[in-house]
Amino acid sequence: MPDDVTALQLVLNADPTLLAIVRLSLIVSLSAVCLAALIAVPLGALIALTRFPGRETANVVLNAMMGLPPVVVGLAVYLLLSRSGPLGGWGLLFTPMAMILAQTILVMPIIGALTRQTVEDLWTEYRDELTSMNVGPLGRMATLIWEGRFSLVTALLAGFGRAAAEVGAVIIVGGNIEGFTRTMTTAIALETSKGDLPLAVGLGLVLIAIVIVVNALAWTARRAGERLAG
Amino acid sequence: MSICHSSATLPIVFDEVSVTAGAVTLLDRVTLTVAPGEPTVLIGPNGAGKTTLLRTAMGLARPSRGQITWAGQLNPLSTRRAIVFQRPAMLRRSAGGNIRYALRAVGIARWRQRAVIDELLAAVGLQHLRNRPARRLSVGEQQRLALARALALDPAVLFLDEPTASLDPTGTKAIEDIVREIGARGIKVVLSTHDLGEAKRLAGQIVLLHRGRVIEVGAVAAFFDAPQTAEARRFIAGELLV
Amino acid sequence: MRSTLLARRSLLALVAIALLAHVALAQEKSIVIASTTSTQDSGLFGHILPLFKAKTGIDVRVIAVGTGQALDTARRGDADVVFVHAKSAEEKFLAEGFGVKRYPVMYNDFILIGPKNDPAGIKGMKDIVTALKTLKDKSATFISRGDKSGTHIAEINLWKLAGVDIAAEKGPWYKEIGQGMGAALNAAAASDAYVLSDRGTWLSFKNKGDLIIAVEGDKRLFNQYGVMLVNPRKYPHVKKELGQQFIDWLISPEGQREIADYKINGEQLFYPNANDPAA
Repeated sequence: MPDDVTALQLVLNADPTLLAIVRLSLIVSLSAVCLAALIAVPLGALIALTRFPGRETANVVLNAMMGLPPVVVGLAVYLLLSRSGPLGGWGLLFTPMAMILAQTILVMPIIGALTRQTVEDLWTEYRDELTSMNVGPLGRMATLIWEGRFSLVTALLAGFGRAAAEVGAVIIVGGNIEGFTRTMTTAIALETSKGDLPLAVGLGLVLIAIVIVVNALAWTARRAGERLAG
Repeated sequence: MSICHSSATLPIVFDEVSVTAGAVTLLDRVTLTVAPGEPTVLIGPNGAGKTTLLRTAMGLARPSRGQITWAGQLNPLSTRRAIVFQRPAMLRRSAGGNIRYALRAVGIARWRQRAVIDELLAAVGLQHLRNRPARRLSVGEQQRLALARALALDPAVLFLDEPTASLDPTGTKAIEDIVREIGARGIKVVLSTHDLGEAKRLAGQIVLLHRGRVIEVGAVAAFFDAPQTAEARRFIAGELLV
Repeated sequence: MRSTLLARRSLLALVAIALLAHVALAQEKSIVIASTTSTQDSGLFGHILPLFKAKTGIDVRVIAVGTGQALDTARRGDADVVFVHAKSAEEKFLAEGFGVKRYPVMYNDFILIGPKNDPAGIKGMKDIVTALKTLKDKSATFISRGDKSGTHIAEINLWKLAGVDIAAEKGPWYKEIGQGMGAALNAAAASDAYVLSDRGTWLSFKNKGDLIIAVEGDKRLFNQYGVMLVNPRKYPHVKKELGQQFIDWLISPEGQREIADYKINGEQLFYPNANDPAA
């Protein structure tokens, strides 16, 4: 970041460093949400629809993991990906991919737990109809996930919010490398520790603005969808 | 609409079937035969077991005692049964989309779906609402859509649980006309109702239930003109059966 | 609807592949160096790394943490080169077999910062040891980084020279914040305290408030930087050719000149001394 500039000036001048940081933040958090959804939505639906021993325990654990401290996740992923660790051969530490991995882990419980709740409620509503139409287990999952798509969008947004806001995981596994693994939150942490508080606050406001924009886009999509499908 | 699957599904024979939910007995040693032919109408006070009987015949509830067979088979895989619930749940898609869902469930090819949807919507008088979100239809329209959706499964037997309970006379007439048409096409209709007039209008066979037991079974004319049991006489007279 | 699920899954798969490709490409011709926050914060890397990249095409990725953490990162094999300023810790690192060879690169100095009104009366002293002793005797508020960084280690060594076992003799006047240089300076500005800082961070620090330089110039305040290649015999994946290229450039006349050319407000920050065998 250039010296003696406010965050507003950086935004107005479309400073390339700032743009790169914003782009990386969005790529990392959005990818994490997508990957987490890919795994956690079917998993949440499965837990909602299947009776298995220990189901109640699984629910409690899933809900509890929503509160996983990001810095703990970061540490765990760091130890996994370190060259001295089991997955060191992949060479992923201190790269954006490591950050995506850590945030995916962080975000999966939220999406999974909210999906489970949504699908469970929908199953109560549609159980008779689907059973009477002889819809099989996969069909039920697919149908209820689609029926619950608006609530699931909210779940994804909750996941995105968590990912975009956290700094503990990405700073440990990413290393906050300038021009490579520096995101909005790690940049704010850096500027704060350097004592440049006005810049840090400014970056914080930019981050909030971005999160609001993402939420607004999702809300618009949801309203349009609801109008079409009732 | 094709007919003759009846051989795989009918008759439905209840043999001393009891259904319990915890400590509560919903059906008590019911012995009944649902044979092909004119509609069978279940009547009786609330809590008599009409809904449970329909659900059991549909395969949604399991007998805790006794045996129920479809065309002689216990729980066959290839029955053509469909049910319209008292408060049908609409999927969050258009009216046509709801029917398409049912068609997909029975494996109708994509290229055929459109025509069948049109046919079914016309049969229930909803063709002009094809693209309307199903949850925004009126109660009566949703009931008719549920009927169309059930027909999409190409059933040999169609169960209807109090299909006109929440409808006004116009809506009721619409449903009864459709039910009559369905029956005339050869699909066996089994429905329950609160309305003795409706029972008279639609039935071939009347089944009176009370406290989970079959009290009397008879052809509609015989039942109403010359009821055999005291309960039947009191029920027809309008008394509360306790 | 089933096709929507399929479409969504394919899209996600594409994203994943694109990212992996991006990451794979990005790992071409790059090295990771573990260095310190004060070096990063001084802005030196911002000045010399682009020059190095323009010359060699090598992308240098800097992990900037405390000295202890930088060396530990290298011990785990997560860096190719380590560039810190704590000679004793570096020599220990070498003795453990994690490094190949230590090259001195440059030095900068530490300065003792304090409030303008100088409650301890040490402003202008030439002897850092006397100054520190005075601070302790007068119980003047002192901020310590307390994070095992190079600066923190240097601070502890200076207390030792002053005959003070700071761990045992500290009182409420001595505040360990466990954070970086910028945070320490912020804390000093906020509580009118004294703090030991490196010159680079001080010069680029934006929140000086009422703080001024109290003591500088004592030879014992000099801060020597050394660079080492992580031992490829311990970690075969270490990019030894590229890493050595970086080290060679740092100690070359060209590199040394670029280091000297880095100035903040016209002031030179780092003094190259790669040719000093005792450094």
